[in-house]
Amino acid sequence: MTHGFDRRSMLTGSLALSAASLALPRMAFARGPGSRNLLFVLLRGAADGLAMLAPVGDPGFAALRERALPDYAAARRANGFFAIHPALDAVGAAYERGEALFVHATATAYRDRSHFDGQNLIETGGTRPYGLKDGWLNRLVALTGEAAGAPPRALAIAPTMPLALRGPAPASSYAPSALPQASGDFMDRVAQLYAADEQLAGLWAQAMETRAMAGASEVKNLRDATAAGELAASLMREEDGARIAMIELGGWDSHANQPGQFTRAARQLDALLGAYAAAMGSAWGQTLVLVATEFGRTARFNGTNGTDHGTAGAAIALGGAVAGRRVVADWPGLGEAALYEGRDLAPTIALESVLAGAVAEHFGLDPKAALARLFPGRTAQPLGGIVHG
Amino acid sequence: MRKRSIALNRFGYGLRWRDGARGATDPEAALLAQIDRFDPAPPGLAGRADTSGKAGEILELLRRNRMMRERAPAGAQTGAMMAGERMADTARGPLADLPPDIRRSYMDAGRVLRRDIALKVNTAVVSDTPFIERLVHFWSNHFSVSAAKPGTQHQVGNHEFAAIRPRVLGRFSDLLKAAVLHPAMLLYLDQFQSVGPHSRFQQRARRGAGRERGLNENLAREILELHTLGVEGGYTQGDVTEFARALTGWTIAGIRRIERFADPQPGGAAFVAFAHEPGTRRIMGRSYPQTGPEQALAVLDDLAAHPATARHVATKLARHFAGDAPPTSLVARLEADFLATGGDLASLTRTLVASPEAWTESPAKYRAPFEWLVAVLRLTGVENLDDKRIAGALRELGQVPWRAPSPAGYDDLAASWAGPDALVRRVELAERVARNVPAGDVMARAEAAFPGALSDNTRSWLARAESGTQALGLLLVAPEMMRR
Repeated sequence: MTHGFDRRSMLTGSLALSAASLALPRMAFARGPGSRNLLFVLLRGAADGLAMLAPVGDPGFAALRERALPDYAAARRANGFFAIHPALDAVGAAYERGEALFVHATATAYRDRSHFDGQNLIETGGTRPYGLKDGWLNRLVALTGEAAGAPPRALAIAPTMPLALRGPAPASSYAPSALPQASGDFMDRVAQLYAADEQLAGLWAQAMETRAMAGASEVKNLRDATAAGELAASLMREEDGARIAMIELGGWDSHANQPGQFTRAARQLDALLGAYAAAMGSAWGQTLVLVATEFGRTARFNGTNGTDHGTAGAAIALGGAVAGRRVVADWPGLGEAALYEGRDLAPTIALESVLAGAVAEHFGLDPKAALARLFPGRTAQPLGGIVHG
Repeated sequence: MRKRSIALNRFGYGLRWRDGARGATDPEAALLAQIDRFDPAPPGLAGRADTSGKAGEILELLRRNRMMRERAPAGAQTGAMMAGERMADTARGPLADLPPDIRRSYMDAGRVLRRDIALKVNTAVVSDTPFIERLVHFWSNHFSVSAAKPGTQHQVGNHEFAAIRPRVLGRFSDLLKAAVLHPAMLLYLDQFQSVGPHSRFQQRARRGAGRERGLNENLAREILELHTLGVEGGYTQGDVTEFARALTGWTIAGIRRIERFADPQPGGAAFVAFAHEPGTRRIMGRSYPQTGPEQALAVLDDLAAHPATARHVATKLARHFAGDAPPTSLVARLEADFLATGGDLASLTRTLVASPEAWTESPAKYRAPFEWLVAVLRLTGVENLDDKRIAGALRELGQVPWRAPSPAGYDDLAASWAGPDALVRRVELAERVARNVPAGDVMARAEAAFPGALSDNTRSWLARAESGTQALGLLLVAPEMMRR
């Protein structure tokens, strides 16, 4: 509230949209996934939302991070008040095309500062770390499956199954392996050996299908972000591809020399999302990408030009299905008194409401039922209006 | 499956090829003999350097780093933890920004961890008591700790080798106390920083002499939910909180600020009386007037003897040997044994061997990646694979030891492991292993590894292979190898 900045005006202006004003009428019945795609991108290590989408219109930002201001001098603006980090070029372009929106000052129910616990919570969807043993995306697979009569194909683009996709609903994982590819002849013989074994023959057939979908990809590992994005698209864009997928991106834990580290990580994310969008082709129109992280970072830089573990951060919704070119925020401000525990951006929108609201709209599920199933024990309402109806 | 094949594969880790085709005529007696022969400290493990003091050292380094940076969030600590986690994959990047002493300390911790992982694998590979090695792995997973928290990298190996391994044939109450009050667990589930609300420590902090800390319920809750009673075990939130209070004071050695008040405890933990919540605790309807470290020990003894614990342990053990949905008759028999003997794990093991449900002809379990790798190495005679290759193989296969995603440990269900991509990875690794070892006598090896249980299908595809190497590769991924 310093320097004449008025939080209420943010709420009533076109810039910020509260959960209530975005809510859509409840859908009469679930329609199932159809040809809709969801890619969940988890940024591991707590990405700094204030760097991703800098609130340059808040005088508090300059007071806290004067050194960072020049980075945003020529950056794309979002609703005048925010600036999109210049490394997020493809995301910024999608924003201007109306295919991306940001949610700011958002956080899960987690209020402590351990990556370990925070990631457990954003993946399980629980209200306390280790309270749930399965993941919210796995429960989403089950939920959309109930609506459609059969679970949609779900895939983790990762070497092992991330917690978010673990659970009783079927989900597969695929990642370029560091192991040398087995020879074609050996693979053929394994297929013959398994032909008489129902379980192994089924797994083998599925694996070969996934590999075929991945194409003759020369991707050696997922560290090449452009290749990872193309790989994700190749596994999702076809009719029989995965409908629900997850990919992880590390490198966000910027305790020191943040500007350089954040720029590197953001370029990776941007390359991944840009390559994914381009490679999805016509399926992009039916696609929702949700980008989230376990928590935000401290509002001030620390003594080593970095940031420590904070609370609220930013999330991105991207895709042809997104009603974009907006920032959704109930902006808490960056004045001393407004900071959470005097150090972090304060959370004003529950990330669970964003995730549940967006996927419910996208897959035609009842939003309240989706929130209760995916993120049990919440009181906040699911956020509506993220995805085109 | 014939009985000898079941004894080798379902109870053990598969045939060790250097033992050749000789097999016991009485498989049950051979399994029971392993109970008497088991060596808790075989040569490979006995030579391991003691690293029990290292946890506090790392926490101190991190604290100093934090203070140097003026601010005091827990962030610095977990930040470096994340860097340490990634270090195994990338030698440079994430650690580059850390001060040199912390970087060195993390590199060192990473090496200790890799060496311990290799020790665990190689111990199982060369063992001639593979049934008991499987029990070590089972209990280690029951009391799962993860190397992802700062300071634990030195401790997770200790936890299995020193706290669990010697007690898998002893009393459950002793195993429980050693496993949950070990520095690895105290760090992993945040117990080391839990402070009693009415303790002298807290009173001093309130007067402004230090930073106020509070009660942390993490360990108490997981002991009740995962290690003893089970999630339906009949405890309340009040029991969790009271148990957490009883546990206050239990911490790790080497934290400078409290070092001079800390009484060393068996197993490498420490007890700080002035952080302990004073007074009598009431848990699950019983009162615990004990003072000091004995209060938590008394609670643990009662939890170990609780009928819900007997049911929980019996169910998990039955699931591990007799199938994802364990037969209720077997669960009931193990439960009754546990209650009758007061949790005598050797008796429980004998009862398991004597149970017909554990000897069903068709395979009961899909092999998890760790046990598949051990079986492959035993069958191919690769007994001293180096640290980096072992860690790399387990990472590619998706089951790095002491890295389970939650305190519940790795799932013991086929659904978690029988994945398409995971199967291809086994095939890729199998071909690679087969190319690097002598590949003679594959058919004889197959018959010996699955005596009386090799299918005609597998036999015929092995016979049609164009080379011994190819046949060996196929054997390593045959249906018989994937299940037990």
